[in-house]
Amino acid sequence: MKKKFKMKNLGCAHCAEKMVDVIQKIEGVQDVSINFVLQKMTLTADDNRFDQIVEEAKKAISKIEPDCTLA
Amino acid sequence: MSPSIKKRALRCALGAALLVLALILPLAGPWRILPYFVAYQVVGSDIIAKAFGNLKNRRFLDEYFLMTVATLGAFYIGEYLEGVAVMLFYQIGTLFQDMAVNRSRASIAELMDIAPDTANLLVDNQVTVVDPDEVAVGDTIVVKAGERIPLDGILMDGSGTVDTSALTGESVPRYVQPGDQVLSGCVNLAGILTLRVTETFEDSTVSKILELVEEASERKAKTENFITRFARYYTPAVVGLALLMAIIPPVFFAQPFHDWLKRSLIFLVISCPCALVISVPLSFFGGIGGASKKGILIKGGNYLEALAQSEIVLMDKTGTLTKGHFKVKDIFARTLSQEALLEYAALAESQSNHPISLSIVEAYGKPLNKELLASATEISGHGVHAVVDGKQVLAGNQVFLEKHFVQFPEDFPFPRASTEVHIAIDEQYAGTITLEDEIKTEAAEAIASLKEQGIRRLILLTGDKKEVAETVAATLGIDEVYSELLPGDKVAMVDKIFKEKSDKGKLLFAGDGINDAPVLTRADIGIAMGSLGSDAAIEAADVVLMDDNPAKIATAISISKKTMAIVKQNIIFALGVKFFVLALGALGMANMWEAIFSDVGVSVLAVLNAARALRLK
Repeated sequence: MKKKFKMKNLGCAHCAEKMVDVIQKIEGVQDVSINFVLQKMTLTADDNRFDQIVEEAKKAISKIEPDCTLA
Repeated sequence: MSPSIKKRALRCALGAALLVLALILPLAGPWRILPYFVAYQVVGSDIIAKAFGNLKNRRFLDEYFLMTVATLGAFYIGEYLEGVAVMLFYQIGTLFQDMAVNRSRASIAELMDIAPDTANLLVDNQVTVVDPDEVAVGDTIVVKAGERIPLDGILMDGSGTVDTSALTGESVPRYVQPGDQVLSGCVNLAGILTLRVTETFEDSTVSKILELVEEASERKAKTENFITRFARYYTPAVVGLALLMAIIPPVFFAQPFHDWLKRSLIFLVISCPCALVISVPLSFFGGIGGASKKGILIKGGNYLEALAQSEIVLMDKTGTLTKGHFKVKDIFARTLSQEALLEYAALAESQSNHPISLSIVEAYGKPLNKELLASATEISGHGVHAVVDGKQVLAGNQVFLEKHFVQFPEDFPFPRASTEVHIAIDEQYAGTITLEDEIKTEAAEAIASLKEQGIRRLILLTGDKKEVAETVAATLGIDEVYSELLPGDKVAMVDKIFKEKSDKGKLLFAGDGINDAPVLTRADIGIAMGSLGSDAAIEAADVVLMDDNPAKIATAISISKKTMAIVKQNIIFALGVKFFVLALGALGMANMWEAIFSDVGVSVLAVLNAARALRLK
C-alpha cells in the first residue's frame, strides 16, 4: 500500500534525510521518501502491518524533530 | 506570520534585551554569570530541552545538542557574552531561515494551486458542489465563468473560451465548442460550460501534472546526491576533529586547555551542513517549479542538471518543427477518378494515427464505409497494406511500393519538395497524393535561440523525403539533416551521434512523442511535444513541452543553466566560508561570532539565493 502524508513543522532538510534513513529500516517498509519543500511523506509498506508501521514512523519522526507531526 | 514564528521572534527580542542588561549591570566576581545565564535560558530553552531529549535517544550528532554543548562550553571558559550571543544568533538565524523556507514553500504552493477544490455536479438539473474526487466518469459537471475546470471532459453544452495558461504557460485563449475535449486546469473565461467527465480527478490532466512536478524531486540530481553524502560525513568529521583538538594538544603537548577548548567549540558551531542540505534541493525544486509555470515539465532534478549540459540537439521534423497537420495539395490519379483514389487511400489509412493518414482521412471529408475495409496493416516508416473492397491496396512511400514490385510510370517525377503518398491497387500504380505541412511560427526562433544557448550541433532527423527535409532545414538554418529514416534508422542514428559527443555533453532529442518513443528513451534527455495532455508523450519523455512550442527547448536549457549556477554559487559560498572559518578556528584566529555567521548566516543567504530559482526566465 502506498500513501501520502502531509507533514507539519518539518523544519530542517537534514532531519528529513535522517527520518528517511530510520523509517526505511522499519520492518515491512518498501519505500519511503520525504519531500522537504512540499512537506509530504510518501510511504509504501506491507498492507497487513501498515497502521503499525505508520505509528512507528510517527515515533521515529518525533524523536528526530519533536515538533514535527504527520497529519 | 505563523504564531510560532512570532513567539520565537519575541523570545529573541527578550533575550537580546536581557543580554544588553547583563552587559551594563555592574556585577563583579562569580555573580557576573547570573544575568547572562538568565538571558541564555530565555533565548535557548527550547534548544536545550531538545538537546537533552537527544541525549536520552543517544543522538549526539544532532545540531541542537552540538549547539548546546558549544554554548555551555563558552560559559565554562568564561566567555559568557559569546555563549549567549551564539545561542541568540543561532535562534535568529534559524528564524530567518524558516521564514525564507516558508516563503519559498508558499510561492511553490501558489504555483501548484491549479487544481480546483470543488466541482459543480449536475444531477437532474440540480447543481451540487462536491469534492472533485467524488465525481465519476460519465457524470455531468458545470463550470461557470471565471472558474477553473476541475476534471477532463467533453463539452456537451455551451461554448466559449478557456485560458490554458496554467497548463501551457501561454495565456492564449482557446475557443471551445460542443464535442471538443476540454482539460482540467484551464480557466473558463466566459459563459457556462457543461461537460461530461471523461477522466476521474486522479487521472485528469491537472492532477497528473501536479504529480509529475511533485515526483520530480524524487529523481535526484548528482549534485543533490553528492550533498546528501557529504552531509553524512561532514558533521561526524567536524565533531571528531573538535574532540581531538580539545584532548590531544592539552594532554600530550602541554598546551593551554582553555585555548584549545575554545577552538574546538568553534568547530562545533560550524558542524551543521544545513546551508547546503536545505538550499540545494530547494534550488532544484524552484527551477522545476518555475519551468512548469512556463509549460515545461521537467521530470526530475537529474534531467534539469543534464539539460544544463546540452551539447547536441536532434529534432524530429513533423509535429516538432512543423505543425504536423498535413494538407492534401494535389491528387494525381492514373487509373481512376481523383475522388475514388482518395476514398481508397482514406479507407486504407483509416486505422492509422500517423499525421499523414489523419490528413488523408480528413481530406476525404465524408463518412467512410468501413465495411469495405477487410484488413489494414501499418508498416512503420513505409505505409499501409490494406484490403479494400476485395482489392489489395498499398499506400505509402516509393520504397514501400517498389518493394512490392509496383512499376512507377515513366513520366513519374512529381513536384519533389512535397510529401507524397503513392497508391497501388492490386499491384498496379494508381496515383499519388501530395501533401504539405506548415512550419510552426516559432520554429525559426527555436533554432536561433538554441544556437544562442551554445548548442554545438543542431540536427534534423526525419522519415520524410530528402527534398522536403532539406527545404525545411534551409528555411530554419539547421546545418545537418538526415532524411528518409525508418524508426529503426533513427535509433541507429542517435547511437552513432552519441559517440561523437564530448564526455560531459548531453544529447537531446525532441519529437512529437507519438512515433519516436524508442528514440526519446535512447537520448540523454527526451523532449516530447505534450500536445496538451497526450499520455504517451508524457509517459515516454523526460521533459514535456505542454504547448508544443519548440522555442521552449531553449527556455528549458536556459532555466536549467541558471538553476545550476545558483546551486554552484551556494555550494562554493557555503563550503568556502565554512572551511575558511574552520581553518581560522583551528589556528586560533577565529572567534565565536565568525563561527555563528558561517553557520546560520550562510544558511539564510543560501536559502534566499535558492529562492531566486523560482523566478527564473
